[in-house]
Amino acid sequence: MNRRDAIGRVALLMGGAVIGAEFFLSGCRPNGASNVEDLFKQANVDFLNEVAETILPATSSPGGKAAGVGQFMAVMVRDCYTPMDQKSFIEGISKLNYASQKKYNAKFMDITPAQRTELLIAADKEQKDYYKQLYKKIEADMAKHKGDIKYTEPDQPNHYFKMMKEMTLLGFFTSEVGATKALRYIETPGHYDGCMPYKKGDKAWADA
Amino acid sequence: MSANTYDAIVIGSGISGGWAAKELTEKGLKTIMLERGRNIEHVKDYVNATKDPWQFEHRGGRTQEMIKDYPVLKRDYPLNETNLDYWASDKDSPYVEVKRFDWFRGYHVGGRSLTWGRQSYRWADFNFEENAKDGIAVDWPIRYKDLDPWYGYVEKFAGISGNKDGLPVLPDGDFMPPMEMNCVEKDVAGRFKDYYKQARSLIIGRTANITVPHYARTNCQYRNKCWLGCPFGAYFSTQSSTLPAAVATGNLTVRPWSIVTKILYDKDTKKAKGVEVLDAETNQTYEYFAKIVFVNASAFNSTWILMNSATDIWPDGLGSSGGELGHNVMDHHLGVGASGTVEGFEDRYYFGRRANGIYIPRYRNLGGDKREYLRGFGYQGSGSREGWSSGIAELGVGGAFKDAITEPGKWTMGIGGFGETLPYHENKITLDKTVKDKWGLPVLSFDAEIKDNEKKMRLDMENDAKEMLEAAGVKNVKTHSSNPFLGRGIHEMGTARMGRDPKTSVLNGWNQVWDAQNVFVTDGACMTSAACQNPSLTYMALTARAADHAVSELKKGNI
Repeated sequence: MNRRDAIGRVALLMGGAVIGAEFFLSGCRPNGASNVEDLFKQANVDFLNEVAETILPATSSPGGKAAGVGQFMAVMVRDCYTPMDQKSFIEGISKLNYASQKKYNAKFMDITPAQRTELLIAADKEQKDYYKQLYKKIEADMAKHKGDIKYTEPDQPNHYFKMMKEMTLLGFFTSEVGATKALRYIETPGHYDGCMPYKKGDKAWADA
Repeated sequence: MSANTYDAIVIGSGISGGWAAKELTEKGLKTIMLERGRNIEHVKDYVNATKDPWQFEHRGGRTQEMIKDYPVLKRDYPLNETNLDYWASDKDSPYVEVKRFDWFRGYHVGGRSLTWGRQSYRWADFNFEENAKDGIAVDWPIRYKDLDPWYGYVEKFAGISGNKDGLPVLPDGDFMPPMEMNCVEKDVAGRFKDYYKQARSLIIGRTANITVPHYARTNCQYRNKCWLGCPFGAYFSTQSSTLPAAVATGNLTVRPWSIVTKILYDKDTKKAKGVEVLDAETNQTYEYFAKIVFVNASAFNSTWILMNSATDIWPDGLGSSGGELGHNVMDHHLGVGASGTVEGFEDRYYFGRRANGIYIPRYRNLGGDKREYLRGFGYQGSGSREGWSSGIAELGVGGAFKDAITEPGKWTMGIGGFGETLPYHENKITLDKTVKDKWGLPVLSFDAEIKDNEKKMRLDMENDAKEMLEAAGVKNVKTHSSNPFLGRGIHEMGTARMGRDPKTSVLNGWNQVWDAQNVFVTDGACMTSAACQNPSLTYMALTARAADHAVSELKKGNI
């Protein structure tokens, strides 16, 4: 299979038309990765920062970009993810770019924040549906193997956007910026009050 | 020889070993405490205790490398970035699983006293009587009245906070002021009482976190980072409590990196004369001598030492003459419970991170209740408001989503059961001489599992959890039940049980090995049954009692 065929096949798998060789070869270009180390390239860190900023934008408190969530995601994917999930995550960058290209005729980094939000809302819905189907399948499998305590469901890759969202929330709310500016962080509370008043708008306590 | 001679040897430095060292040194015995792992100095070596969450590269998570290096620890929550150094290396110290057994170990000074859950409950009289009543295993050689004063003794020193609830199923102790329930827990407890009257109770957890200053220790600061080691010494550990007391006597020597390979048995005196130590760093072998030996290496490692000792006289090891050494493996089975949401407290929150929860003591097969299985279970739980992590599963992207999850979410209330496991003779550990650890020593092989009694109990644990939460007004209650494997309770018990008869037990009523009466085993290995209460407080009481007896017998010239 030559490169041209491969590109056509990938496009087919993704259910879309061929946008152009340039995009699908993005593994060696900005905003695309072919391995985990590529995630640390500035262009990809920037890309992931914008994903994080879109999920958790600056409001009255700073957003995902200010917390450096892009770099955090790269570290987590490199160190903590299985090869299966690494692959899914890396492909997710291309998928987002592809979806952006298809909808707005521009790459994710080149569309407006409002367009990014719209795109990620769609990706969020897609991941939710993915897990709904997956859980249905797992439940059916478990029912088939009921009583067999040794049965374990074969691993399935996580949806890329579930991972991006999870890492964004984790990375942000456990960062110094997120914990101290978006939440309330007290390292040593000193005492316990089991019933303090709360009014809408008060921030939650950060984990320690 | 004299340089290596002491009055007493304590093998292990965890909860029970620390107590043995404290009691023996305070009674004037020159004592050496042998610990197989490294030293961890109080406060100074709690290297992660004061870090902020963002100072952990993976925010406390686990890397693929850790998962590869810790094939056992990875099975549950202990594998994490924040206190990895407090868990034994699965690679250096492998074991064999004929049946799956999740063995989570701490090989360092302080052992698992640094990482324990700190819940501290006395046993009741019926816990000591049930084996005899049910015709299960053998009768305990002691009753509650034997341990009652020792419970009080250790509670006063360790510092147990709790409420005097006056429950017959869970005797009150010598408590510090209790921690406080939050408003949802109070509400649930109130409805619970209305519904179940005296038949069941929901109380604040009794925990070894001090609520008032105690000796040189500062009261709990509500950081909820106990398992990193507490810079305030606010929970009971060897380092915060028993070790400084033992050191203060001037009678204690601590020797880290000391793997006790065997107890040296003297055929003529029918007593132990000392122990053989393999230095874990240099691989050199040493002998230490003493009049008494306390074995507190953690349940199964204590039994490992006995199995590896006196094999020329008893092929299956010291204490094996009754045929029970290595048998009756127990743990608490868990992973079953329920949780739901509580409405009506949206204008309430809490301050501080309380390292404690609520407790529902056992009610099954008590007071006229009769089930299709023996014994019962208790629950631990808590109420809290959801945080940002609930946003991962929710649909949402953007500013409104962010602002919503920076506020506390729904109140939830959850409980999880701790079930009693019966002592089955066929649930056993043995020495596997074909597999060696890093130091060339034979390893343990586990062949134990939960059986019908526990499986039936788990159905009740699940259904009762739902029923009780719903009766107490909790909504949207969902149950869970998973991982019915032994070990993950991290409450290993049995394999050198106490009893009344040397033919059916390993230890007598004072924790002395029948076959060598100057050898005392006072950790989880000694347990004759498991009850469903968290066991460490009982080990403390048994250890203090046994140490008192040991010194008294020594003075009388009986051992």
